[in-house]
Amino acid sequence: MLVLAIDTATPAVTAGVVAVRPEGSTVLAERVTLDARAHGELLTPHVLDAVREAGLTLRDLDAIACGVGPGPYTGLRAGMVTAAALAHGLDIAAYPVCSLDAIAAGVTADEPFLVLTDARRREVYWAAYDARGVRTDGPHVARPAELDSPVQRVVEHERPAPYGIAAVAREAVLAGERPAPLTPLYLRRPDAAEPGARKRVTTP
Amino acid sequence: MPRMIMGIESSCDETGVGLVRLADDGTVELLADEVASSVEQHARFGGVVPEAASRAHLEAMVPTVERALVTSGLGLPDVDAIAVTAGPGLTGALLVGVSAAKAYAAALGVPLYGVNHLAGHIAVDTLQHGPLPAPCLALLVSGGHTQLLRVDDIASKITEIGSTVDDAAGEAYDKVARVLRLPYPGGPPIDKAARNGDPEAIAFPRGMTGPRDAKFDFSFSGLKTAVARWVEAAEARGEAVPVDDVAASFQEAVADVLTAKAVRAADELGIDTLVISGGVAANSRLSALAAERCAAAGIELRVPRPRLCTDNGAMIAALGAHVVAAGAKPSALDISADPALPVSTISI
Ligand SMILES: [Zn+2]
Repeated sequence: MLVLAIDTATPAVTAGVVAVRPEGSTVLAERVTLDARAHGELLTPHVLDAVREAGLTLRDLDAIACGVGPGPYTGLRAGMVTAAALAHGLDIAAYPVCSLDAIAAGVTADEPFLVLTDARRREVYWAAYDARGVRTDGPHVARPAELDSPVQRVVEHERPAPYGIAAVAREAVLAGERPAPLTPLYLRRPDAAEPGARKRVTTP
Repeated sequence: MPRMIMGIESSCDETGVGLVRLADDGTVELLADEVASSVEQHARFGGVVPEAASRAHLEAMVPTVERALVTSGLGLPDVDAIAVTAGPGLTGALLVGVSAAKAYAAALGVPLYGVNHLAGHIAVDTLQHGPLPAPCLALLVSGGHTQLLRVDDIASKITEIGSTVDDAAGEAYDKVARVLRLPYPGGPPIDKAARNGDPEAIAFPRGMTGPRDAKFDFSFSGLKTAVARWVEAAEARGEAVPVDDVAASFQEAVADVLTAKAVRAADELGIDTLVISGGVAANSRLSALAAERCAAAGIELRVPRPRLCTDNGAMIAALGAHVVAAGAKPSALDISADPALPVSTISI
């Protein structure tokens, strides 16, 4: 199965083509640029470049795996709507992947570990994983000092790579499962204050 | 030449998808116009919350495309080109539409046209009234914009004649509605209240109409403050605020300045067609006064039906069709949305 892997939950603009097989997966091509402001510009070109480098066309793809955050950047939505529209246009399934799980899938550990990413505003997104990389807690958003977990080993400053993104969706892709809806993991409400009493323009 | 054009709009709080057919003679026919609005989510905040609008765009984008396809009876493989609002508008909101449009263009293997939202508001009139005469004058009035534009060619040449120096006309409506404790958005409730009020009850100021003011610019901030002062003074005297009269007098001041400046511009520039579009164009007093003054000045007035005046995908599809018909180059797939795209840049 040829899977297009996409993630824009971190400052990285990530696209890759992964051949997912029962016996193991192979990354055929990937394009990654580190620029939190360029998700909207670069993602579709990265997708096309990766597909071309893999010697394929978009029509050859069987499925899409897309990081759904958590991510603090408005660019998260660029990745998700790109995945949704590509899936619609190509008539293939798009599988949601927790971006922290995708990072965890690239970690080789023999003990439990935490994955942390930058949530900005001096907070982090985090989730806990057991030694096999299965999520046991999270995802949450917290100040690092208030991070409540007994796990000691910490993986941070990592970004989801195409291999990890595809790995999280692997079983569902191979089983041809119906994908869950592509719903972003925001973990925070939009900033908005309800207006208080009307402000006077004249002094009483 | 591409014949079936899909337009995607996401510059503010409406997710719009339109489908049009471009005929050989250059006429453009509307096939579908589907809009998902997040306006209700913003109502209690008294204005659009950008993050909430962006979230709603992501949720609504593909379902709105699907609905437009069902309405038109077309399938995605029938689409020959994608047009999308590249600006101006809210950064995060534009990003969703532009990203979706690129993905659809790539998946379908069709050209992408990033186009100007403001030009779209003018182009939409061709769906109802046919080709625009050249030149024509456009008065664009909405919650985000108040501009007078000279349109020499809808696909390639639009020049700003004047614009608001502070609030947009629609913004003044929202603020005055709050002062009068009417709901958001303020346009429809003020229009409704004004029907029962006396437009001459209170002499509110006409902004930017002094001899030394720029002839074709607008200002609504002073008017909004004058209304608030008047209401506060009435309240301080313990009087009941005559909401209908305040609404009618405020609305009269807005409609008076907008139409007077538009007619004067048409006259001075020797242009005999005026198009009024944007959300505020649906205002009953504005269209009535414009009709009266245009008739007196011998100007042909074109106002698209209300559904076409507010933000939608049909306007972007229509503009896309004109840009295609003019033979403009498609946009590259690495374009970025430009929240401050000038109206003179019709396609990027
Ligand atoms: Zn608009």
